[in-house]
Amino acid sequence: MLVRFSDVFPLKPSRYHEVTGAGAYGFASVCCGNTRNAVIWLSEGWMHEVVTPLGLQTHCDPHQILIGKCSNSTDVLAATEEALRSGVVSLVIAELTKPLSLTAGRRLQLAAEVGGSTGLMIVKDGMGSNATQTRWDVSPVYSSDDSTQMRWSLNKNKSGTNSSWDVRWDETARRIFVVPQHVQRTDIA
Amino acid sequence: MKRRVVSLWFPSMSSELILRKKHYEGPFAVVAHIKNGNRLLCLSTMAEQRGLKRGMGLADARSFCPEIQTVEHNLQADVAFQNSLVRWAKRYCPWVGKSGIDGLYLDVAGSAHLFGGEDAMLHDMRARLIRSKLTVRIGLADTVGAAWALARFGEGCAEGGRTGQAISALPVASLRISAKEDTTLQRLGVKTIGQLANLPRATIGQRFGPSVLMRLDQALGDQSESISPEANPQTYSTRLTFPEPIGLAKDVMAGVERLLLRLCEKLTQDMMGVRVLSLICRRIDGADQQVELRLARALRDQQRILPLFKKGVDGIDAGFGIDQLRLVATQVEVLQVEQVAHSQTQYNSDGLHDLMTRLGNRIGLENIQRFLPAESHIPENSFIVSPAAWSESVGSWGNVNPRPIRLFPPEYVAARGHRPPNRFNWRAMSFTVGRIIGPERIAPEWWLEDENWRHGVRDYWKVETLEGHRLWMFHTPQNPNWFVQGVFA
Repeated sequence: MLVRFSDVFPLKPSRYHEVTGAGAYGFASVCCGNTRNAVIWLSEGWMHEVVTPLGLQTHCDPHQILIGKCSNSTDVLAATEEALRSGVVSLVIAELTKPLSLTAGRRLQLAAEVGGSTGLMIVKDGMGSNATQTRWDVSPVYSSDDSTQMRWSLNKNKSGTNSSWDVRWDETARRIFVVPQHVQRTDIA
Repeated sequence: MKRRVVSLWFPSMSSELILRKKHYEGPFAVVAHIKNGNRLLCLSTMAEQRGLKRGMGLADARSFCPEIQTVEHNLQADVAFQNSLVRWAKRYCPWVGKSGIDGLYLDVAGSAHLFGGEDAMLHDMRARLIRSKLTVRIGLADTVGAAWALARFGEGCAEGGRTGQAISALPVASLRISAKEDTTLQRLGVKTIGQLANLPRATIGQRFGPSVLMRLDQALGDQSESISPEANPQTYSTRLTFPEPIGLAKDVMAGVERLLLRLCEKLTQDMMGVRVLSLICRRIDGADQQVELRLARALRDQQRILPLFKKGVDGIDAGFGIDQLRLVATQVEVLQVEQVAHSQTQYNSDGLHDLMTRLGNRIGLENIQRFLPAESHIPENSFIVSPAAWSESVGSWGNVNPRPIRLFPPEYVAARGHRPPNRFNWRAMSFTVGRIIGPERIAPEWWLEDENWRHGVRDYWKVETLEGHRLWMFHTPQNPNWFVQGVFA
């Protein structure tokens, strides 16, 4: 049976998920907007590419985000586990620079189950772990009539099949909606 | 017991305070802005030898002595230094008060014999102060007023019960009266305290009002005057000593729980909250173990602080056992009683602060940050990132044109012209432009020096490529070049 978009997004809580691709940060930002609670965004302190609140405010309220600047990748994982386990934040986002091992992934999964929070790891291509609930590959797509179109491909799904959707951001409703197939067809033609 | 008061006067405290830290060759003075002019406040001995006087204008002083070096007066430093002198003086007696901004009063009645008598004690004081490069004048008498007068005008010691004789030859100015009263008395031919005391009291009262008589009586001991000692700064620390050394983490936690209970009671009484706590475990072999806990917000709730100690206590090496625990609140701040609901902002919960504390003890509390809006139209300055433990999430995000999610230092793109190029390469990828939105011109903030904005105004474009990437590019018309500065999702 084909997976429906509503089955996999918003992300399943008490689980951790992975996202890759050029649009990974937009995806994370949309996920922030889906929760009303505080969000922790962990990254390594040396990165010179920064997430800007003015960009995030399209999808969410920048005030709900706490940033954690860790000194190395081990600290990022440890802080992520601690935050997931505590359960006081509904979403924990972590930018990873190294491949995620199966052990680490499994530990994150267990921590998310204990705390009941959602984890979202922004990983580089092919650096994810098999322990993840879902893995998304997000890339922006050019469309002649919309400048928010993205292709969200579900590469791994523990509870269903994989699929791919073209989605857009609705500015007034402040939510993601899937572009109907026939529109896509006319687009391509 | 008869009172005995020591008055210490540090005539050149301000300058000596600076000279203790740094050596100045040649004459030196501390300058303050008094009566619309820079005047000398305090001089070194060498400057005094050159004929300079206190209260002299700086310009006059320069003409007398062109090589004079000056430093601006720092009142806060002087006050802090006086406070440390008060603390030092408590080695002689517990009753120490301040006199003006450059002196101290000590009530040494009953403590002088501990130093071998009054003379030995004064000698000890003088020796210690000279060793620390301070000039001091000391007066000792039965009353505060007489001790003050002796310190400033005679420098001596009035024997017990003979204050009147000791100060009778001192000038009337030594009575702490105003300059105007002093001048009037001098004009009337009353030069010394003895002469003043011999006048009929009624006439003095009629001529000068009660103030001169009050000062005279205070000096002679007919009217009482108190020394107001400084209150000790409140410290928040508790300790627990065990009859037998302990070693289990569980036992240490039980000890911490008891200590916290007492500490939090003390904090609650004073409406204070603790920000930094340290737990010092004294081991029987002398190797002390210390656990520091930095809290994300001021707390005085024992139930919440205790679990946060768990991780630190687990890391203690107990060795042969711990026989004393000390819990010290090293940083406290005022914490008012807060209404539980409504006053807290949307994303501020107790649980979140506890999580920040736990994460902060791993990655550093200042590394947990939040975004705050800033007043600037320069993209990289339009927000600030500040430590979350010391800031509140306030302020609204202005409605500006869409901004990229990721921002990085500008990266050069080979292109020409005022409009974005149709094809370009960036980060080893080649792009074909599909749609452009812009330009949005942003001018540098000329009132701030910014290295990155040397190229002048920028025209920003949102460039959507057929490959999908949406880039934030800018062109600098005054110095034609193209750059990429950000990525839209």
